[in-house]
Amino acid sequence: MEKLNIMIVGVGGQGTLLASRVLGNVAMKMDHDVKVSEVHGMSQRGGSVVTYVKMGKKVYSPIIEKGEADIIIAFERLEALRWIGYLKKDGTLILNDQRIDPMPVITGNAKYPESIVEKIKNNFANVVAIDALEIAKQCGNIKAVNTVLLGLLAKSTAIDKQVWIESLKQNVPSKALEVNLKAFEAGYMDNGY
Amino acid sequence: MKKLMLGNEAVARGAFEAGVTVAAAYPGTPSTEITENIAKYDEIYAEWSPNEKVALEVAVGASIAGARSICSMKHVGLNVAADPLFTASYTGVNGGLVIMVADDPGMHSSQNEQDSRFYARGSKVPMLEPSDSQECKDYVKKAFEISEKYDTPVIVRLSTRVSHSQSVVETSDRIDFKLRDYVKNPGKFVMMPAMARKRHVEVEKRMADLRDFSNTEELNRIEWGSKDIGVITSGIAYQYAREVFGDVSYLKLGMVYPLPDKLIKEFASQVKTLYVIEELEPFIEDFVKSLGIKTIGKDILPVMGEYSASLLSDKIFGKNKESVNVTDEEIPVRPPVMCPGCPHRGMYYVLKKLKLTVSGDIGCYTLGALPPTQSMDTCICMGASIGAAHGMEKARGTEFGKKTVAILGDSTFIHSGITGLIDIVYNKGNSTVIILDNSITGMTGHQHNPTTGFTIKGEPAKQVDLEKLCKAVGIERVRIADPFNLKEFEKVVKEEIEAEESSVIISQRPCALLKHVKFEGTLRINRDKCKKCKLCMSVGCPAIVDKGDHIEVNEALCVGCTLCTKVCNFDAFEKAGE
Repeated sequence: MEKLNIMIVGVGGQGTLLASRVLGNVAMKMDHDVKVSEVHGMSQRGGSVVTYVKMGKKVYSPIIEKGEADIIIAFERLEALRWIGYLKKDGTLILNDQRIDPMPVITGNAKYPESIVEKIKNNFANVVAIDALEIAKQCGNIKAVNTVLLGLLAKSTAIDKQVWIESLKQNVPSKALEVNLKAFEAGYMDNGY
Repeated sequence: MKKLMLGNEAVARGAFEAGVTVAAAYPGTPSTEITENIAKYDEIYAEWSPNEKVALEVAVGASIAGARSICSMKHVGLNVAADPLFTASYTGVNGGLVIMVADDPGMHSSQNEQDSRFYARGSKVPMLEPSDSQECKDYVKKAFEISEKYDTPVIVRLSTRVSHSQSVVETSDRIDFKLRDYVKNPGKFVMMPAMARKRHVEVEKRMADLRDFSNTEELNRIEWGSKDIGVITSGIAYQYAREVFGDVSYLKLGMVYPLPDKLIKEFASQVKTLYVIEELEPFIEDFVKSLGIKTIGKDILPVMGEYSASLLSDKIFGKNKESVNVTDEEIPVRPPVMCPGCPHRGMYYVLKKLKLTVSGDIGCYTLGALPPTQSMDTCICMGASIGAAHGMEKARGTEFGKKTVAILGDSTFIHSGITGLIDIVYNKGNSTVIILDNSITGMTGHQHNPTTGFTIKGEPAKQVDLEKLCKAVGIERVRIADPFNLKEFEKVVKEEIEAEESSVIISQRPCALLKHVKFEGTLRINRDKCKKCKLCMSVGCPAIVDKGDHIEVNEALCVGCTLCTKVCNFDAFEKAGE
């Protein structure tokens, strides 16, 4: 593999950091150079958050630029729309089809865009949507949205499933491991829509 | 062993490997994880100090006593610690002393975008700047060697992208650093005029030696490529430059103060076109120009914000990255908000209702300046709320003062609010100060502080009694109120702003994200009872959503704090699932 650029976008508090940890760990196991750039602090409080994961032979900048992402994992529809310009024309969007209204929409100062998935599908061929929140609920923990999405991602990469599972085991607290493995499996088995 | 590490975690590893035994810090994004990670090593004594000045003094003391010590802070923290810094430069060290400072270009989580490199020059202390996690670890170890060899504190400068990016680090073992002997030496460590004059001479000698060192040191290295273009760069900017310029020649500066004049001259003489690529101020560029060398830099590149490969490629080569535009409609922004269940929300509901002037401070509660609460008038720096409220009252009189409150968190109060409070008592102010005691340092991600009763290592500690402390400095009226008891809280605030003397209200309720905080479960709205008056929207909870024809609770966000039920006149909220 020459290079693989993955972005994880969502809303602060949705568990994007754990997803990036797992992903970075997977890259390490594959013996790639890897950089993961995260956002901490102020912008985490329910704000728009983005994590960049870059792997390849040699990685310089930790940031992925517009039109450079091979895969975007969006934890929320509006965030998918906000960052979609970073996806390569032939890149893949993995979308948790969930809506979380930002404060300007809640207060009536802005409108939540309509038919986001259609708009993206009109421009990109590889879009996989999934209701990860519902699947996470069925698995027993609403917070396992991130591992459901990782399951879906795992299937779309050429990286061995066992590598992912090992990485989950190393990064998820032992109390929550069982639910998360179940959620990962559910995501892996799902074909999205 | 190879490990993926945050820059901050790699700094901690570097401190560990260098044999550090004392570490002190005050949390501040993007520097916080340095000391959180150091605290995991049993071999190192670590502490959260009340503020950065104290933290540096602790590290200075440890160094004088013969230990290798490290002190970490964000860029604005170095303003607070500047006093000991400038004189520690004169005293020099015994055991090595390293000061970590993390700048925040782009202001992800800060109130300004100051460039810490000027502190190195101002205080005559050498400064290193790593570009990735491996260098974070290596440079910290190197910094200790420089510190002891040249008898000086050493600053290592990080930026948000270096602190908060993970990259691969090769770890090694901890060295066995033996405490250096402690010998009484007032000529070196007592900085009275007579001694300090002699030490200043030593500082100037040291700077001359360090300039020579900078020219020969491998921290500053040339990577030869095509000589059509030469790029002088450092820190994270090196990584962006590498992506954009490709196979040209680079002078990568790992030591940004003092800068290597001879090396720069030699490099510049061999390349056709020279660029200096650095975030924020033209610190390196001005130096290069002072050597009579022509260079391209801030004439085309900004002094504001973060750089990126695409910014450089656009400004330097006029190339824009191609990307697909899906829609022309405006995409609503998603600013950070106070969490569902946040105790500050109850307080802001009251402050907004009473239409008070709010002198604010630094913490999660600064988010109260944004919609929907929009209740904060000022926010300057840590602890400024109290002094500023006092100044407002002195400028506009007691009546204005009675419509003004200062608000700040428990940790911010201990950091530097207490001195402002003493000022109010001493100088006969009438201000009302609200201390938001949420049992933790919130915004930086839950660090203990002197009011929480635990140390950085989670050991039980004595707890500052805020009520007694305020009384001890002379505040007669100290009230404790629960911000979720809206009626009572409003009554207390009204009484205290009306009082003809200064007062403190301790707004007491733990952060909703603390593990021990349990609520009764998610709520929903009974649509038969809801009259759509939208009064509940005024608490500004992100879990309550106006769907146009009805109001709805987002069950994935709601934690069940029940603040909304206290403003609803129709009893429309009920437990979900009932």
